[in-house]
Amino acid sequence: MQRPSAPAVALGLIPFAGMCFSVPLWDRVHPMVFGLPFNLFWLILWIVLTSGCMALANRIEERRRSAAPSKQKGSGPTA
Amino acid sequence: MTPSVVAMSVIFGIVLLGSLVGFGAGAGRKMNLEEWSVAGRSFGVVFMWLLMAGEIYTTFAFLGASGWAYSRGGPALYIMAYITLGYVVSFYILPLIWEMGRAHGLQTQSDFFEKRYASKYLALLVSVVGVLFVIPYLQIQLTGLGIIVQVASFDHIPRATSMLIAAALVASFVYFGGIRAVAWVSVVKDALMILAAVSIGVYVPMHYFGGVGPLFRAIEQTHPSHLTMPGATRNMGHAWFISTVLLSSCGFYMWPHTFGAAFTAKSGHVLRRNAIVTPLYTISLAFIFIAGFAALLLVPGLSNGDMSLLMLARKTFPAWFLGVIGGAGALTAMVPAAIILLTASTLFAKNVYRPLFAPAMTDDNVAMLAKVMVLVLSLTSFYLALHSSTTLVALLLLGYAGVTQFFPGVLLGLFWSRVTAAGVVTGLITGLGMVAALVLTHRDPFHGVNAGFVALCINFTVTLFVSKSTRAQPNGLAIPTEG
Repeated sequence: MQRPSAPAVALGLIPFAGMCFSVPLWDRVHPMVFGLPFNLFWLILWIVLTSGCMALANRIEERRRSAAPSKQKGSGPTA
Repeated sequence: MTPSVVAMSVIFGIVLLGSLVGFGAGAGRKMNLEEWSVAGRSFGVVFMWLLMAGEIYTTFAFLGASGWAYSRGGPALYIMAYITLGYVVSFYILPLIWEMGRAHGLQTQSDFFEKRYASKYLALLVSVVGVLFVIPYLQIQLTGLGIIVQVASFDHIPRATSMLIAAALVASFVYFGGIRAVAWVSVVKDALMILAAVSIGVYVPMHYFGGVGPLFRAIEQTHPSHLTMPGATRNMGHAWFISTVLLSSCGFYMWPHTFGAAFTAKSGHVLRRNAIVTPLYTISLAFIFIAGFAALLLVPGLSNGDMSLLMLARKTFPAWFLGVIGGAGALTAMVPAAIILLTASTLFAKNVYRPLFAPAMTDDNVAMLAKVMVLVLSLTSFYLALHSSTTLVALLLLGYAGVTQFFPGVLLGLFWSRVTAAGVVTGLITGLGMVAALVLTHRDPFHGVNAGFVALCINFTVTLFVSKSTRAQPNGLAIPTEG
């Protein structure tokens, strides 16, 4: 069993900073974006960014795995 | 035909179709305990995604989220943040849990605790607490179904009757189909729910206000503080938001059923992919929020905010489309209810009854007892749903405050070799005691902070301290390290 590596964990902390701890900075109505209040827009934006952070963390983990020889490799691209 | 007959027929048709898909999936497979509860550990990315979306996007997301946008405003946004961050947490812990599950044949959350800490008492405690706290979750689904039928029948069918029908349907569905059936019905459910969410969230603002922007500007005019925190509440400000999001995202996979879903995956890899793709699905919640906010202006004065989305649909759409939305809502209640029933009943039979009363029971007998428990649990939650008036979100928050107390035992169990059974047991009991004390004395939020989060912090501290001062014990789930 391998623990997640430090860079992968750091990538996981980014969404927490963006969506949770920074709430006093973005919890407001203006400026409205695409007609949405700023706080709702901000959260939608961060959902997409979170997915990106996780994809990056996954690449780091996979590279580490394929470096360890006896480890099973991912089974090709899936949806 | 009257509108109520049209709407109800459509709902009934959708539920029937969903059930048939489910029954069809279970047919022709030999149903032993392993197949019934974890589908032989065979689910790939697509099925996993369906199962997990199936259990996360419940009637809570559908009616509860719009209900809170309607009645509380800004604080409802916590739902969007915690679900997304819950997937982030899952990325780091679920693949490890899965690996241990495969190596040691684990099927339930309680199996995990029993093997990791070599303690039957801890495993028993985890099972009992788990079954106890999924009951409010089950109650959410039945209450939701009751609301749907009440609104769609234009108040002709009493809520109690509809909830009883729903409970019976869900129970028989689980009884015959098992978890594979549940994943299949999720296909129908998710497609319908997205259709319903988008059509309400897009059509309503266009139709009444000429766009989303004018809708929100109108709300800003009439309800100046509604769109930010604390919205229409007094004590749900930023401290509440942060503590609730932290609590709920850590607790996201601590439910017996979400934890158990990890064991159905084909590989740990599948679970990581799942954590990348599934957060995107949370965007559909934005449409649900828009519906709740629009309802604030269009159907004001409802005593129960959870009805706002459906009342808005009833006001806006023809009866048949109200039926489609109601049908989507009905499936979003039935699918999670089925998953929860399945997990809780397996948990009770395998991890509570067998070790306590009949250690010699065979797996086949456990499966039989689990199926009996499906009926018992359905009736219990039906009874509770009938006699309670709490909002859907309040019920969920109570459940989260409870199940998240498992988090220290899981996290430290995975990453800290020094944690002991004594530490986890005392931490868990202290945490649950704190939750009970604060919630029962109506001190949630506690000085602006989520009470469950306060309890979680104390739980962590106690677990660390007691573990340090007891003798180290071996990790029962250790897997020989490769490479």
